[in-house]
Amino acid sequence: MKRLLVFIKKEFTHVLRDKKTLLILFGMPIVQVLIFGFVLSNEVKNTDLLVIDQAQDRASKEIISKVQASEYFDIASVTFDVQDVEASFKKGKSKAALILPKDFEKNLMTKHVAQVQILADASDPNHATTIENYLTAIIRDYTNSLNASMPYTIIPEVRMLYNPQLKGAPNFVPGVMALILMLVCVMMTAISIVREKEMGTMEVLLVSPFKPIMVIVSKVVPYFILSMLNIVSILLLSVYVLGVPIKGNVLLLFGESALFISTCLSLGIFISIKTQTQQVAMLISLMGMLLPTVLFSGFMFPIENMPFPLRMISNIVPAKWFYIIVKDIMIKGLGFAAVWKESLILMGITVFFLGISIKNFKIRLA
Amino acid sequence: MEEVVIQADKLTKKFGDFTATDAITFQVRKGEIFGFLGANGAGKTTAMRMLCGLSVPTSGEAKVAGFDIYKETESIKKNIGYMSQKFSLYEDLTVVENIRFFGGIYGLNNEQIKNKTEELIERLGLTSVRKELVVDLPLGWKQKLSFSIAIIHQPKIVFLDEPTGGVDPLTRRQFWELIYEAAHNGITVFVTTHYMDEAEYCDRLSIMVDGKIKALDTPKNLKMQFEAESMDEVFYKLARQATRAE
Amino acid sequence: MKAVIAENISKQYDGKPAVEKVSFEVNEGEIFGLIGPDGAGKTSIFRILTTLLLPDGGSAQVHHWDVVKDWRAIRNAVGYMPGKFSLYQDLTVEENLHFFATVFNTTIQENYHLIEDIYVQLEPFKNRRAGKLSGGMKQKLALCCALIHKPKVLFLDEPTTGVDPVSRREFWEMLKKLKQQNISIVVSTPYMDEASMCDRIALIQSGSILSIDTPQDLVKNYGNQLFRVKANDRYRLLEVLKSVPSTKSYAFGEYAHVSVEKDHQMDASEIAQHLQQNGLTEVEVGEAEVTIEDCFINLLH
Repeated sequence: MKRLLVFIKKEFTHVLRDKKTLLILFGMPIVQVLIFGFVLSNEVKNTDLLVIDQAQDRASKEIISKVQASEYFDIASVTFDVQDVEASFKKGKSKAALILPKDFEKNLMTKHVAQVQILADASDPNHATTIENYLTAIIRDYTNSLNASMPYTIIPEVRMLYNPQLKGAPNFVPGVMALILMLVCVMMTAISIVREKEMGTMEVLLVSPFKPIMVIVSKVVPYFILSMLNIVSILLLSVYVLGVPIKGNVLLLFGESALFISTCLSLGIFISIKTQTQQVAMLISLMGMLLPTVLFSGFMFPIENMPFPLRMISNIVPAKWFYIIVKDIMIKGLGFAAVWKESLILMGITVFFLGISIKNFKIRLA
Repeated sequence: MEEVVIQADKLTKKFGDFTATDAITFQVRKGEIFGFLGANGAGKTTAMRMLCGLSVPTSGEAKVAGFDIYKETESIKKNIGYMSQKFSLYEDLTVVENIRFFGGIYGLNNEQIKNKTEELIERLGLTSVRKELVVDLPLGWKQKLSFSIAIIHQPKIVFLDEPTGGVDPLTRRQFWELIYEAAHNGITVFVTTHYMDEAEYCDRLSIMVDGKIKALDTPKNLKMQFEAESMDEVFYKLARQATRAE
Repeated sequence: MKAVIAENISKQYDGKPAVEKVSFEVNEGEIFGLIGPDGAGKTSIFRILTTLLLPDGGSAQVHHWDVVKDWRAIRNAVGYMPGKFSLYQDLTVEENLHFFATVFNTTIQENYHLIEDIYVQLEPFKNRRAGKLSGGMKQKLALCCALIHKPKVLFLDEPTTGVDPVSRREFWEMLKKLKQQNISIVVSTPYMDEASMCDRIALIQSGSILSIDTPQDLVKNYGNQLFRVKANDRYRLLEVLKSVPSTKSYAFGEYAHVSVEKDHQMDASEIAQHLQQNGLTEVEVGEAEVTIEDCFINLLH
């Protein structure tokens, strides 16, 4: 046990002395979260909006001026004809359209219910959802301000053009979490084990009473801890800097993160066992792990829009499942009951890679 | 009077406040095998880089093949050959491809390259492996091939940076016979090494300690001067005084 | 009891033989040298003996343990210094030593007497990172790390390669001292001049052992006449010597050595005469002292 501790301490020393790597480990998540956060919020400012006012009444005018007043939208033009939407989108004159139907105020006052329609160009899904959210919020704000004895309700009918399912859009924080963990756990673990092979120290360690498998175990501990620290910093940033709250159970979120980290570590170990040089280990981690994570986790590109074979491939990308889990817990506030299936899949992947790693682990050199 | 091909005068190179080579002065004559010895970190590599025109000295003068090492580095490069143990040949090219490539680099025309290729392969006895990748050749063959390629353009001087090592005594000697032959044909050989048995093969030797040349003479005279049985002993007596490490 | 017994061990990589039926024994408390060039199979032999590789044929025992069956016992009891100095470059001298001591289930204090002589030289640099040490210092530290658990047999794979002559000499002095502590040492080197530091040596080339003997007996049993020859032009000298029948000649230091085959007798004046007839001047011919290198060359022919 003492030997294991000394070994783990040594691993920490390696990590802490390598200042550049350390900077990447902790700097990258912060930078990524901030970049994603601010790029997104900037994008939504001053979005060109097409307004189709078929009502031409007081309520419709009030809503239009409220939209105009918000920093998020510039009103490109106000017309009467719904046909204009398509042309305006195609020419790129506007990114969204707000349609106020005939008799808007009348319906609102007499029936206490009125409808508006929001059309958004969802070819950029992230953008489209944000537009939808902001417009809905402005309208909700308006109904609240009417302050009547009976609540008025405006039902926004949202339609996404070009990418109706819009599943790739939502929050980037779960995506960044998956990406960072992949990078730290898979690549760093693989490299640090392979480095021992390259430096020849593995030879000495093998010819010692230390059990070879313990070499591996002690290698993963520091990266596990570092990754948990990264999770904490990403979550802190997203809650306090970007204002993305954690709706679900924080402990459950950490538990699931620990599970995903284990999956990544098992992948890292597997790569390290199969490769002989740091270069190859890094290349495989980047091309074989990081790229699929970006492409197939659903964080950048909606999986639903992919052709069938790619959708199938996405199923074996662990990040996809973790992404779903984090979204469910963090954004939707769901409990374990909602994510047990995904958790089981991650567990399966972990056990599979650990299994073949142990089976392939050599107590000799060749 | 024999022609001087390398003339170094108080050649100095500083990196910050660290003096890598400290005012070294020496001459190398045409057709001579000149051994440039020193422990790791004594300043051999720095000195050689300056002579090859790869590094600008901090102070001092030097002429290589008659050209100034400050102003005429391009002319120097055309008149020297270079071989080191670390890099000399492309292992993933065949024997013939390597010869052709380096022949081209050194500015030979197609006709010359063709003749040289045949001549080299014939002389080194590589006919059976001419189409094989260099990586598959035994180390001794690689060394011989890479030396022959380094002098393919018949330079005035060839710089050998720790050229051999790790080969059996017989192969090593075959390699040195190539060096003798080159020297016999008028090519000056400038060789750095810390293998003392190689040192004994040189016509004259300089030994660097802590950036300075501490001894310069024929192996025989050095042994007499230091009352030593072998060059190993001479080197040991000198290098023990070193104060700086790598 | 023998420290090492190797019987007909063979190893090949992708069908290319690296070690071919190598047999030797190492007595307890002796320094046994494997002398040969790169690619002779030295490292493969070390890896087989340290249980890192399985032999394709033959068997071997280290301290009566079988290298295949009892690998765990062997790993507990031997010290191994691979060809590349295997240290953690980013750990300090002291941290490296402490780490390896713990891995081997011991402490620096427990066996300090073993490494004391070497470690005192390293002590001034104990807080320096191993990567910043000179080649000689790295080598000493690696030796300390391999020794710290008081191994029964110490395997040193080319410990002096790439190390300057001063450090090389000091290193061999250290091995002599370790021998007195009754540690058996198996060491490999490509340097022929280091052979005389060993109690017994095996000359090895292309995966096969050419000869096993004490350095003294090897030289004594050389058999051939050996002359050392010198003349004004070394290149011409070697060319001319090639034409002397029943001899082998090669450069040797400032001289050329001429080895005369067993069944032929020749005296110095004959050779001198032949050289002069071929236009060489300042000819000098004398009896040469046989070295291990001469023996090796002779065995290669």
